[in-house]
Parts: sequence; C-alpha cells; structure tokens
Amino acid sequence: MRRITTPQELEEVRKEIQEGRDPSKPCVAITSGTSARAYGSEKVVDAFREELKRRRLGKKVDLRVTGGQGFDEREPLVIIYPKDIMYQRVGPNDAGEIITETLMNDRIVDRLLYANPQTGEKTVRKDEVPFYKGQMPIIFGNNAYIDPTKIEDYLAIGGYSALVKALTEFSPEEVIDTIKRAGLRGRGGGGFPAGVKWESCRNATGDKHYVICNADEGDPGAYMDRGLLEGNPHSVLEGMMIGAYAIGSDEGYVYVRYEYPLASENVRIAIEQLRECGLLGSNILGTGFVFDITVSRGGGAFVCGESTALMASIEGEAGEPRAKHIHTVESGLWDQPTNLNNVETWANVPLIINKGADWYRGIGTEGSKGTKIFSLVGKVNNTGLVEVPMGMTIREIVYDIGGGISDGGRLKGVQTGGPSGGCIPESLIDIPIDFDKLDEVGSMMGSGGMIVMDNKTCMVDIAKYFMNFLKDESCGKCTTCREGTRRMYEILDAITLGEGKEGDIELLEELSWVVSEASLCALGQTAPNPVMSTLRYFRDEYEAHINEKRCPAGVCKALITYRIVKEKCTACGKCKKVCPSEAISGEKKVPHTIDPKKCIRCGACISECNFDAIEVV
Amino acid sequence: MITFTIDGIEVEGEKEQSVLEVALDNGFGIPHLCYHEALKPYGACRLCLVEVTKGGRTRLTTSCNYPVLEGISVQTNTEKIMRARRMVIELLLARCPDVPVIKDLAEEYSVGEPRFIVDHDDCILCGLCERVCREVVGADAITFLGRGSGRKVGPPLEINPKTCIACGACVYVCPTDCIKLEETDKERTIVRWGRTLPMKSCKVCGRPFAPWFQLDYFGKITDGIPKDFWDTCPDCR
Amino acid sequence: MESKAIDRILRKHDYKHSSIIGILQDVQEEQNYLPEKDLEDISEKLSLPLARIYRIATFYNAFSLTPRGKHIINVCLGTACHVRGAAKVLDRIKMYLGVDVGEMTKNRLFSLETVNCLGACAMGPIVVVGSDYHGQMTPAKVASTIKKYKKKS
Repeated sequence: MRRITTPQELEEVRKEIQEGRDPSKPCVAITSGTSARAYGSEKVVDAFREELKRRRLGKKVDLRVTGGQGFDEREPLVIIYPKDIMYQRVGPNDAGEIITETLMNDRIVDRLLYANPQTGEKTVRKDEVPFYKGQMPIIFGNNAYIDPTKIEDYLAIGGYSALVKALTEFSPEEVIDTIKRAGLRGRGGGGFPAGVKWESCRNATGDKHYVICNADEGDPGAYMDRGLLEGNPHSVLEGMMIGAYAIGSDEGYVYVRYEYPLASENVRIAIEQLRECGLLGSNILGTGFVFDITVSRGGGAFVCGESTALMASIEGEAGEPRAKHIHTVESGLWDQPTNLNNVETWANVPLIINKGADWYRGIGTEGSKGTKIFSLVGKVNNTGLVEVPMGMTIREIVYDIGGGISDGGRLKGVQTGGPSGGCIPESLIDIPIDFDKLDEVGSMMGSGGMIVMDNKTCMVDIAKYFMNFLKDESCGKCTTCREGTRRMYEILDAITLGEGKEGDIELLEELSWVVSEASLCALGQTAPNPVMSTLRYFRDEYEAHINEKRCPAGVCKALITYRIVKEKCTACGKCKKVCPSEAISGEKKVPHTIDPKKCIRCGACISECNFDAIEVV
Repeated sequence: MITFTIDGIEVEGEKEQSVLEVALDNGFGIPHLCYHEALKPYGACRLCLVEVTKGGRTRLTTSCNYPVLEGISVQTNTEKIMRARRMVIELLLARCPDVPVIKDLAEEYSVGEPRFIVDHDDCILCGLCERVCREVVGADAITFLGRGSGRKVGPPLEINPKTCIACGACVYVCPTDCIKLEETDKERTIVRWGRTLPMKSCKVCGRPFAPWFQLDYFGKITDGIPKDFWDTCPDCR
Repeated sequence: MESKAIDRILRKHDYKHSSIIGILQDVQEEQNYLPEKDLEDISEKLSLPLARIYRIATFYNAFSLTPRGKHIINVCLGTACHVRGAAKVLDRIKMYLGVDVGEMTKNRLFSLETVNCLGACAMGPIVVVGSDYHGQMTPAKVASTIKKYKKKS
C-alpha cells in the first residue's frame, strides 16, 4: 500500500483496487472470527487454501477470510460469490466437494445448505435465509466483504470516503451538527446523544483533547463490539478519525478488553496499515489534520467499561470509577477533555457523514434513530449477532429472525442490558425496541445483549446470577455497592437454598433502593436492576421459593428432586454409568431408580438420557 | 467567593472547596468517615450524603467531593438522606459490629440490629491509611488489594511492607482504630502490617525516637539538611 | 524470569508507568503467572512503588500471583451459558478435579478458572482448555473431555 497524501490520491488508489477486482470472478468467503474459530474455521480455511492450490485454481478463485457474519449458530459459513450461495457448518473435509460441485460444476451441495428446522425448507442464497432476511445490516453487513487484515478490502467498498468528505467539505462544527441532527445515541448502554457529547468536549478548555473507543464490552452474553472490531476495524477507526476532527483531538485510544485478543490484534493491524499509508499521523490527506491511535488492553475487569474507570486503566491505575460531578468531556483522561464512545457508536459515524442526517433519521423510531446490533443468545434457535432497525419488536427478533425457542421450551422472557438491565416478560414482547421504551418497562437497551429465557429458567436464579457477578466485579470502593451487592447476593442465595424467609423481598427492595440511590458509579447505581425487574414481573416465583420452598422452573438444586419415569425408562444404564454419586440403581431390563438422598442434582443423568425419562419435580 | 445555601442558610465558600468542607466550617454536622482535610476527597463511605438542587434538578450526592457552586441549595437532613444514611450505617454495622465509631453512629441514627449476617471485620475500607501513605508521606507502603467483596488494605505481600517507615500516619488517621502501633526501647511495630523497625537513639539524651529506616528516608527526600540533624531527637534539637 | 527478559519487555513499553497493565501481561505470558521476584524487579527498574504494582496485579482478573497448571480450564459463566446450564458443568468439574475456582490440582496439571463471556454463545455451555474450545458441554461429558488432557501429558 503506497503512501496517500491527498484526497485525489486516495481516490486513485481506490479506483486501482476496484478495477483490479472483477465482481463476476468466483470468490469463496469463509467466516473466521472468534466464534467460527471455536468451531474450527481455521482448519476450514487451510483446507480450502490447499485444495485451491492443489487444483491450480489459486488465480481463478479468490479466497477471502472474513470476520464473523452474525449467524454464529451455523458457523463456519462459506459463501460463494457472485451467486451468494451460503453453506453452513462447513468442515475441512467439505472443501473438496464444494470446489468440485459448486465452483467447477455450478451445482449445489444440498446437505450444507441452511434448512428451516420446522419446515425442512432449504435456502440457497444468504439473503434468503430467514435469519438474515429480517435484518437491516447497514453496519454489520460489510463484514461479509472484508478481510479485516486488508485495508484494500475496506477501500474497495468505499472506506474512508466519509473521512475525506468530513475533512474537505465540512467544518468541525458542521460535522458535529450533522451527528446531532442524525440523532445518533450512544450504543454502549447510556444512549446519550453523541453529537451533544462531541460538542461539549470540543468546547471544553484543555491543552489536549482525547477520543476513546470503549471496547471493554463486559456484559456477559454480549459480543457485538467484538464482531465489529474483529471483522471491520476500519469502520470504527474511520468514525474515530471523523470524531477527532470534529472535536479537535489529535490522540485517540481504543481500549479493548483483555478477553478479546483477536479484536485487539485486528485493530492493531488496521492502525499499522493506516500509519503506513499516511492516513494516521500528521497532515493527513494534506489537510493539516493530525491524529494517531493507540490500542490499550484491559486487564479483566467489568467495571472498566465505566468511562472514568476505563480512563484510570489507560493511565495505568486500578479501574476505580470517580464521581462524575465534573464530566469526562471536561476533565477525563489525564484530566483533559475526553470524548468516549462505544465501538458501535463510532461505526455509525462514517455512514451518517456519507449518506446524511436525513437519510439516517429515516430509520428507527422518533426517539431512537438508526439500527442496533444485538447478540441474540440463550434458549433461542438461531444464536448470533443481528442488526435491526430501532422499533422492531422483540417478538419479531426472537421468532422471525431467531427462529423461536430452542429445545421445545416456551418463551418466558428476554433479558436486555446485561447486569444493568432487566427482564422483559413474554407478555411485553410486542414492545418496539427503543431506548426509552425499554427504560419504561424496567430494563434498558444496554450494549445489545439479548438473552432469551424459557420456562426452564428460574428468575430468582437469574437475579442471583447477576448479583454474584456484580459483587465480584464491583471495584469495592463505595460502601453501598460493595456491601449492598454482597448482601443482596446472600439473601438470594438463601432463597434458592430454601432458606428464604418472610421479609426477604422487602429487604431486597430496600437494599435495591439504597444501592441505586447512593452508589458512586453507574455499576452500583444499576446493580439492583436485575433484582428489581425480576421482582416486578416474576414476584410469584420469589414467593414460591420463600413460602412454599418450591422452584417452579425446576432449577434450584435444594428445592428439586430428580425422578426416573418408570414408563419411559428402557434400563439402558447410561445414567447409572455417568452418575458421580452412585445414586442410581437398577438391574438389567428393570426401570432404574434414583436415591434422592445420594442425588446431588448435577444433571449428568438428564443430559445422557435419550428417552427423556428423568423428570425434575 | 461562591455563595450558596445549606438548609436555607446562606454560606460562602472558595473555588476549590467541597460542600462538606464549607458545611463543617459553618457548624453543620454531616457525618463522614473517609474524609480528611489533608487528603483528596475519596467518596467511599457514603455517609456524607446531601441533596443538592442545581438548575431545577435535585440529586442525592456525597458532599465531600461535590464542588461548591454559585446558587446551589444544599439540604443536609431530608427524609431521603436519613433513609439512605441509616442503611449505609446498617451495612457498616453488619460488617464491623464491634467498632466503636460505627456503634456510635448506629446509636445516633437509631439503627438497630443489622438484618444481615454479621461479620467481625474491623476495617471499613475508607482508604485513609492508604491515601495518607501515598499522598502525604510518599512511602506507598500499603495498597488496596483485590476487588469487590474481597477488597482489603495491606502491604503488597500482605505482610511487612518494605517501604513502610513506621511513621504512624496510618495509625493516626484510621477512624476505626484498627491499626495499632507498639513500641519498645529497641523497636517500633505497626502491628496490622507486620512491620517492625529498629529504633535510633538520640545522640544527646539517649532516648529512642524514630526508626533508622524512617530517618534515612527523610534524609533522602529532603535537600540541604545537615546529616547530623537526624542524630538528635526533636526535643533536643 | 531473567533480568534481560524483563528489560526487553520494559523497553517495548517505553518504560511508561501507564503501560503497567501491558507490561504485566507480557511478563505473565512468558511464564504463566507473576512471580514475586519479577514484580520487585519491575518495581525497581520502573521506579514504580511495589504497592502500586500489587494493586494492579490483584485488581485485574488477568493476573495470577501463584503458578498455574499446565492446562488452564476456563469455564464460561456468561448469561447465555448460564441459562444453558453452565453452573452444573462448573460444579461437575470442581468435583471431578477436586479443586475450587482459582486453584490448581496437586499434580500441577490443571488450573480451574472462570470467565464472564467468551462471546461464543452459540456453542454454550462452553469450556476452554488452553486454546481448545469445547462447546455444548454437559456434566456428563466433563470426565471424558478432561481425561484427554491427562493422557496428553
């Protein structure tokens, strides 16, 4: 990649790249983000590479290794262009067949197509697969066309044209105005209007202004930012560059959580490539704009997603938040004006600059413009990352895109907003997804985690789960959060052990009040949300645990018994073999029995039984 | 000077002051455990809560780290503050039921038996010891270890902090009195940190007056002081 | 770790105090944990108080002050995995190896750790051993999965 010193040169380079690419040339794109790699995608990539080499097709067929493309449940995905044929759950041994059948003989390998689990209907093209059909992937969709380690791919699809437009056609104030008019709200959880934040930062006095990309993404079950950073890091960097220009910053940081090594690496590579061609550094594109970005790695702390804790971490301190009486836009990193935004927020910026605020306003609801990427996970069939316009209902996401509830369960609720959010019960799943609507029902948009829960999920157990998480992730500085989350956990633990007592719910409510009112930072202030929201919609479950010592969902070990259903048991003996406490007995051909005194309810027998013969009572 | 009101009464403060400082100067009794005038405010104990009305919005906030601003009105004992404060005290009492200053607060605010499982800790994690060691003394001998419910204060390896000069500043600032100092002729020990240092005796009166290590440290961090200054005790100087 | 190796890492990070997290990560990468001697060495070379280094090393989950086993078993406790039964998987592993989270087996083969979401929710519950991902884990599959690593060693 040669050095690019003017906007004209950028366009020349882009043209060169585009002209060197033939859209009708066959291309094999293989997903290989972290999710796909967990399924062995690297071996699939190697297999294709070798096969293509062996058959001397290297020059005739392009091979593109992309980041995730959302449908994690079915990865590794192999998409054959130009026909957009999608193969799913591809293994290394399938490479040969795909090349022979599809590339060389224009035939479909039927068994690798996506099949609708209910109807059996198969789809050939990626854009016809139900999972993708309902989405509006204006941000995430580009992952399909990019090898994240190649800046050329990003340039080929128009990358950095928004930067040029901002630098040459807009003043910094005009950029801010565009973002304000577009109505872009922070995608990290707070939903604060980005343009307003940028403006405050620009106007704050300081020797230096910093921009930060918050890639700490700590909500368990949420990995949208990882998908973006791994698969299309340049979209985020371009957004940061435009923001830096608008704010008057010459130094930026991308703070990536410790648990995301691939994202960290791909961002680092992208930055290197930008420096090499002169798009980062001094006098960018000859406009006098100076900017550089450093990757800062987290050390494994959920609280570092909070902006003041994140900044402390970049400074080399423990991630302890500070009070925000003085906002970080005025005094943040090293006490300088700092603008922090989430990965997805930054990724929206180039699109808004290129297509304009009015176009952007055409998507979404009155209060929430644009799209949102969600991680649709849990008891849902089509697990993965989905991008939808604000305003789509939860029902549409879970059923039309998600393919409904897995394992034959019934939908109980959907949890959004991570440990700061709440559960939306089944009765409310027709609400449109929107920052304000979700707040109204006691949850929040959060970063985008959407955990689907079914009738076998115990909501008291879920509240306990979140409290357990929060008491360990709390930085421990302020009394209310440190002591409060710990005590709430203790009460919930006792309830799930059958030791709940009269007054526990009221005590939980009182603790929730003081922790949310008197804690120092947003972690503490929102920590009680999972408890409050489950109490609001599932109080009956709490009461059953406390008053009847019963767990309606059949989860809390101390309150359930495992029993073998005689009529279904075939005496195959599998459960007996796998039981760690020798609680199962039975002769050959005689239905087995479980000794409740020895049974520890570990669940091993249930997971082994092929006849559904063990029930939870 | 910045003018604002506390409980309806007009008060004045200076630019870098906190609401708590001005309140205390003016005789308003706001309880606090992690605040010390010589140290930067920390905001950990949550006892100094007040309600501040600014620009039409009222919020509950700690006063030790809230900057004085023109025209704000501060309330120090609303129902909301009392409710929150009593719960904070209850949480502290459940953690440290034997600590006198906590018991006194519980009595003053009518907080009864805590409704939680009682620990028998003696430290409220106010951080005053750590902060004075770092900000004032500069020895950086102790620190916060761990996080969340497992957080505690101590030396790096939990015993014998190698940069501790046994000055006793931590002993002095600790509100729960859980850091003890013991001294014999020959040595001084900061009990909680397991730090024992041999004492130096005054050249003139022969009394042991400070640990050798401490005097060496002061010698290193000061300029232009004759070496024999450190051989005599403060009384004989 | 050799003094020269520490120098190399410190040089890579420009001897910056603010890079302490990255420095500790690099030191731990080479030997699986953070030995006391190395931390003292870093403290001296960086002129950074040892107390500050221990604050960082004990605050962040990434670091271990005690040696860890040859195979590090990481159980994902993300919400999606939890909902699919991760807690039962963790209990089974604890029982099978006889260790609690953060501990190492006596034969130094395995260390048990947990992580709050690996972002591989589609294959949850998920257990990672070293860099091998084991998806759709159930309590019943725990023994056979771990046995494979015993044999390898």
